[in-house]
Formats: sequence, C-alpha cells, structure tokens
Amino acid sequence: MLVAVRRHGETSAIIEVFTEGHGRHAGVVRGGTSRKIAPILQPGAQLDLTWRARLEDHIGAFTVEPRRSRAGLLAERVPLAGLNAICALISFALPEREPHPRLYEQTQTVLDLLGESAHWPYAYLQWELALLRALGFGLSLDVCAVTGAQSGLAYVSPKTGRAVSAAGAGEWADRLLPLPAFLAEGRPPEPGELSQGFALSGHFLDSRIARGLAGKPLPAARQRLLDLLGRQSGAAR
Amino acid sequence: MSEAPRDIENLIEMMAKLPGLGPRSARRAVLHLIRKRALLLTPLADAMHQVAISARECLNCGNVGVTDICEICASEKRGNGQICVVEDVADLWAMERGKAFAGRYHVLGGTLSALDNVGPEDLRIPRLLDRVATEGVNEVILALNATVDGQTTAHYIAEQLEGTEVAVTSLAQGVPIGGELDYLDDGTISAALKARKSF
Repeated sequence: MLVAVRRHGETSAIIEVFTEGHGRHAGVVRGGTSRKIAPILQPGAQLDLTWRARLEDHIGAFTVEPRRSRAGLLAERVPLAGLNAICALISFALPEREPHPRLYEQTQTVLDLLGESAHWPYAYLQWELALLRALGFGLSLDVCAVTGAQSGLAYVSPKTGRAVSAAGAGEWADRLLPLPAFLAEGRPPEPGELSQGFALSGHFLDSRIARGLAGKPLPAARQRLLDLLGRQSGAAR
Repeated sequence: MSEAPRDIENLIEMMAKLPGLGPRSARRAVLHLIRKRALLLTPLADAMHQVAISARECLNCGNVGVTDICEICASEKRGNGQICVVEDVADLWAMERGKAFAGRYHVLGGTLSALDNVGPEDLRIPRLLDRVATEGVNEVILALNATVDGQTTAHYIAEQLEGTEVAVTSLAQGVPIGGELDYLDDGTISAALKARKSF
C-alpha cells in the first residue's frame, strides 16, 4: 500500500510503501512522474511491487504495477481526511523495514471501511490503538492496574497506559486520563463519545511516539480528521 | 576531451539546471546557440534579460506577468463573478489554452500536504477568501488536480467557503476525450460512473 510519494529529480519519484512482509519501505520509482505512472502513485493505492538494489542497505528501485486504486475516496471529504491521517501516521510513526503484518491487515480493513460504513471512525480509533500496540505501547484496558478488578474501570494511567478503576484511583484520579466507557465496555461508541477515545490515543501517540522522534508534532492530517469528525458529530446532534 | 572556455562552461552549467536538460543536452544546446549567435544567442540573451527585469507575480491572483496586476485581473471583461482556483501557473496557462473559461483565476502556489508540512498559511488561501469577500464573486471553480493532495486542498477550500453565498464547484472527473474505457484505471471509471449524467 502506497503511503507517500515525493518527486525525485525530473522524472523519478521516491515512494514509501507499507508492506505486509517488510513494513514501511522506501524506494525509487524511475519514471514515477510520467503521465503513465504518476496517476498510479497515489496514497492508499494497492500496488504490486518488485524491489531491487545492489546492496540490502541501499534505497533501491521499485517496479510498480497497479492492483487497486482508492480514487473513490477523493470526492468524500471526511473519508479522504481519514486516508490522509492513516498514511501520515504510518509514515510518521513506523520505523523502516520492520514488518508489522497484523497492523498491515488492520490497515487494509480500516481503509476498506472508509466511506463504506458509518462505523469507520470507530474502526479508525481501533487502528490508532493497534498502531500503538504494534510499536510496543499497547494500552491495557481490561483490568485495573491497582486492584485487579475487571469492572468499574474509569481511568487510564498516562504513564503506563493501564486501566485503573474508580476505586483504585483514589486521590490520584485527577492525575489520570479518563477512560471512555465504550472502550472499557468494548462496545461501539455513542455519538459524541468518540472524541474521548481520540483524546486517549492522541495522548499516547504524542507522549510515546512523537516525543521519541525528536519532539516532532503529530501529523496535521490527524488533527484535521478529528476536526472534521467533531464538526460532523456536532452537526448530527 | 578538452574543456570549453570558462564562460561557455558557465553557460553550459546554467543550462543543465533547466528542466528537460542534462549536461550533455545543455552542451549541445549551447553549441547550437554559439553557431547561430546572431539568429538565436543574442536575441535569446536580450529576451531573458528583459524578462528578468519585468517578470513578476500578480499581487491579486498569483499569475505570472509583467505588471503588478496581471492582464486577466485588470480586464473588465473577465470580471464575470467566477474565480477558477488552480494549483500552479502552468495549470492557469493550460486553462487559458482551452479558451473555455472567461472569468478570473486564483493560483494557490501548491497544495496542502501533510507529509511536506504544507499548511493553508503556506498557500494563497487567505488571499482567495479576501477576494471572494471583496470582488463580488458568485462562483468559485476548484480546478485542482485529481490527486489525494489536490482534492484534500479542494475540500479544505470548500469548507472555508461554507456559509458564504458563493457557489463552489469543481471540474468533472472521468473519461477523457478520446479515451477508451479499456485503458482507464478503476478509480477513473468509478469516478466517471458516480458523475454520470442523463443523456
């Protein structure tokens, strides 16, 4: 799946793809700015790729064949913002050439749901949590880290990402992050609840991933998606 | 191979930086110019000097011209209430070649790009909103590329214009003139099918 494309010289392009077996991988596409190939190289497109390089460390060159385009999303404002957010986060967060087959599969699922199902924003939130999990910062939301209770979970520790029950939080409650009820109960969110989930995933994306990357801010594409979703749910209410 | 004199080498190096030219083709072009000095080299140098002095960006729309306000913006005939938003001056020239549009333009100077950190403030979007508010505009035509970045930008502009009286339209997407369905990608076919009209 193509994640990003940048012009390289006059006729070539450097693309970043997210693959099942090799994770995020970059390579040159010769003639990538030509009228024949440029339309294929759009973020979200599924490609058949062959990579060749003299040495493993080299950036190498891809030959590309189109498999499936996601051009249908271009006309839809919010799903297109979803596609941008997914591509931007993959490019931002995933280390190069580290395979994440499970995340790859979940990425395909959420991309297929964009614009097709009313529940795609929830699937997108689950994808953000899966991204955190793939990078080793998965949240543990099914048992209280203090008491071991499996019910009454109301908070998440901003440091460990583990759930805490209201009883276990005690006087530390105001230092903990609120755990949205739908995530604790494992059910789809009610209108308006989703933003709490994004606040939670956003905290960990920022504190665990962005700060580890020399303090780079999270991609603006994610905030744009959240703004659009917020406006959409505000208009629906 | 003996090197050409320094001045000529400089010219070759400069020419090699032009799009479509590499060092070898620049060398051939320079040799050709020297051979046709009176016919090509001197007039070309004069023309380049003239353009270097006079070329500037239109303060209103971002088009390239020789005055602060370009001919299109200055023309009363083009003030029909329509503004066509394009990404680049090359797109404006392409639209003008078609002679199908009689309104004015607005050149954004790029598209929003999350990966390259291009935000709305890096483009001429605020100026577009000013123009819509002050020029009596009744339609904004978004003629941006059918790419993810182009359409993301188009949606952003449409969003900024929500709540105004201005109609926001975009170019149609689908089968090109002379195109054969068999050669089209599935995305284009799906866009064409969605934008079908009664016949």
